[in-house]
Amino acid sequence: MATAHKAETVMQVTDLCVDFWVDGQLYPAATNVSFDVARGETLAIVGESGSGKSTSAMALLGLLPDNSRISGSVKLLGREILGLRSRDLREIRGKDIAVIFQEPMTALNPVYTVGFQIVEVLRTHLDLTPSEAKARAIELLAKVEMPNPAASFRKFPHQLSGGQRQRAMIAMAISCDPVLLIADEPTTALDVTVQAEILELLRSLRDRIDSGIILITHDMGVVADMADRVVVMKDGATVEVGDTLDIFRSPKHPYTQTLLAAVPKLLTAQDRPADPSRETSETERLSALSFRDVAIEYPKRGRVPAFRAAEGISFDVFPGETVGLVGESGSGKTTLGRAAVGLLPVTEGSLSVVGVDITRARGKGLRPVRRKTGIVFQDPGSSLNPRWPIGESIGEPLFLAGEAKGRELDRRVEELLNQVELPISYRNRYPHELSGGQRQRVGIARALALAPDLLVADEPTSALDVSVQARFLELLQGLQDRFGFACLFISHDLAVIDELADRIVVMHRGKIVEQGAKDAILRNPQDPYTQQLIAAVPVPDPVAQRKRREGRTAK
Amino acid sequence: MTRGTRPPMPDPAPSIAEETNENAIALKEIEGLGQAQIVRRRFFRHRGAMISLVVLVFIVLLAFTSVGFVIGDWQVGGWWQYNWVTAVGIENGGAPTIDFARFTFGNHPFGQDEIGRDIFAVVMRGAQQSLMIMVIVGFIGTVLGTVIGAVSGYYRGGIDGTLMRFTDVVITIPVIVIGAVLGRTVGIAGAPVLALILGAVVWTGLARLVRGEFLSLREREFVDAARVAGASDGRIIFRHILPNAMGVIIVNATLLMASAILIETGLSFLGYGVQAPDTSLGKIVSENQVAFATRPWLFWWPGVFIIAIALCVNFIGDGLRDAFDPRQKRMPSARHMARAVKAESS
Repeated sequence: MATAHKAETVMQVTDLCVDFWVDGQLYPAATNVSFDVARGETLAIVGESGSGKSTSAMALLGLLPDNSRISGSVKLLGREILGLRSRDLREIRGKDIAVIFQEPMTALNPVYTVGFQIVEVLRTHLDLTPSEAKARAIELLAKVEMPNPAASFRKFPHQLSGGQRQRAMIAMAISCDPVLLIADEPTTALDVTVQAEILELLRSLRDRIDSGIILITHDMGVVADMADRVVVMKDGATVEVGDTLDIFRSPKHPYTQTLLAAVPKLLTAQDRPADPSRETSETERLSALSFRDVAIEYPKRGRVPAFRAAEGISFDVFPGETVGLVGESGSGKTTLGRAAVGLLPVTEGSLSVVGVDITRARGKGLRPVRRKTGIVFQDPGSSLNPRWPIGESIGEPLFLAGEAKGRELDRRVEELLNQVELPISYRNRYPHELSGGQRQRVGIARALALAPDLLVADEPTSALDVSVQARFLELLQGLQDRFGFACLFISHDLAVIDELADRIVVMHRGKIVEQGAKDAILRNPQDPYTQQLIAAVPVPDPVAQRKRREGRTAK
Repeated sequence: MTRGTRPPMPDPAPSIAEETNENAIALKEIEGLGQAQIVRRRFFRHRGAMISLVVLVFIVLLAFTSVGFVIGDWQVGGWWQYNWVTAVGIENGGAPTIDFARFTFGNHPFGQDEIGRDIFAVVMRGAQQSLMIMVIVGFIGTVLGTVIGAVSGYYRGGIDGTLMRFTDVVITIPVIVIGAVLGRTVGIAGAPVLALILGAVVWTGLARLVRGEFLSLREREFVDAARVAGASDGRIIFRHILPNAMGVIIVNATLLMASAILIETGLSFLGYGVQAPDTSLGKIVSENQVAFATRPWLFWWPGVFIIAIALCVNFIGDGLRDAFDPRQKRMPSARHMARAVKAESS
């Protein structure tokens, strides 16, 4: 890191301001942002959504929409690039500055092969014949450790896995040996084990291609793993700049401190004070949710054969306890959550919810269960009807169950808003007016409207910022303490599960690989997959993370 | 924390309300507005659509107040001195008396036909009929298309297959042929009956679009949430999903109306639509086509009205489409930008 300061400065940003024109007025999105990046250095820009981190980075490339106004100075290798004509900017983009986007599925064009897209970049910027370009592209795919580069060259994006797609994206980004690489949340859409691989790749590339990297992320674990220096942004302004170690060890600005405090840390969470009711022997109590050898299939449609999403599932959730269901995308955890509230039929085995067997129940047979279960969905943007004021969404279960009408319904809705700590005046607002965290609170209020015995939470925090997530988890715990419902908490984030769950069930490819008490699973995992999963989680502490990384690569 | 020791809830307003929204700046434009208000505001900003709306309202008022109208036995007189059946003495050789240069209308602003009927009155009556057909066709087509598309997209499977094959059958029969066969028979019964028949065959496109919309909306989580809350299928279709598909439906209903007026015109021109003694814009054109060389005004005025109505309805549809598109963003011109910068610095 000491050498990084002596290296040539690749990009120097001084007093960058970005304003957006909306309805005749200018609103600042970033004010007086200044930083510089040297060769071989990784600078992380950290902040929550809306803090202006992506806006600032896109401003460097001149990729902002026409209603933006940019001022300040951006120097690439000493040359001012702000205000360049679009023709000159096009030459810089892709060649000198390259970008890795968050979602490789949407950033790659689905109708062209990966190879074609890399060749296109190469031939735009370099003077290569088609066959030379092809050879170079395959070489690049090999460089990003793509399995079987020559075959991957001819593949379309949908034929690759998420991690492979991101590798292809990176190959495209480094194709012209850029001096600066902007990685905009490069691992957010990926599973932890894949994320660990991609971060490993980025780290090794930084040493090999000797370019500066600007890493935009909200994940402090990724920052600890990758960055040399950190810029912390809030509300469009830089609040703190410094070496990664200093920032993590002794954050100076109060916002940095709260941000770091809000990050859930795996294996360090304080245990919640034990609730005496939890200690009664499990066999004596009636379980709120019980899976017995359950298999769930998505039926065949046309020529697509039936897909078995989960098999041999057996576990229980008891009243008052939280069971964390962990697994990577496609492991079948959401399938189980949906089956638990009667949204998916069970193919084999038996499933009972709050004492009612719903294995064979359809339509009206599910009514009694509906009144005793609630579900909080993953995407707060899609789980509320955009055309309804939130008060109506919250009141719907009450209205449909015939519990309340008119004035009484209004009163109950107000009470629920109060419980999730939202102002009562919000009842007439529409979902698009609320932030992600507020919408998720509305989701909880709706799920709790009928005072259910079982609450299924399907990745409720994956779309939220860390500080919002911390408050959300606190709220959920408080509500559980008050109402004593059983909670099935589905998440891919082990740190969140660590904070919340009493017991953990680990899923892999539709099967349960391990289940047990939280401490047993996290601190002494038996199954190799669980071990791998825990090892892959980046810890928001640079020193500890380096140790973990070295331990992992040594294996 | 147990129930008893839990401290009272703090006042939530400041901390929660402070949470920054992901795209707070982009939302400034629609702060504190409901969906309907946002759409209305965007629509009112669409200049073409607003002008069209004014012109269309003007045409409707003109058509219905000038010569009055007849609904069943109920007759309402208009302010215009002539009606569309009585022939009067020919003035000015039947040519239009309207003079744009001196801005005078004269006795027969649109001229007279060979037997002396006032063309202004005839065109107004024709426009009434065409507008009425447009509204009825639009309404029937929209209701049929929406219900068939919604049921088909929501239930999928066998119901979807049956309904969509039925739609295919309707699509394969040319509208003009159905109109010609049925129009001849029912045209005598009057324009509303013709409109009903046309409405029963033009819903296919809308049904397909609504089905597509439902197929994607039914997978959204708020539908699952409603199902978990115990909502019935009918409630989910009509209260939850339909309002979200309203954009597509409204936009296509307006386009359906624009095409309805052209179908009616075409049919009437061919002699299969509205039958004498009643008239419509298409029928006026058809009746007077032989006089094109000698009395072109018999041809122009109904033509101008057909174009004006179809154009206005299309423009309104375009404005609605823009208004319902959530990604629609206003980009400032250089002048707007400069003004905003000036306002900020002062």
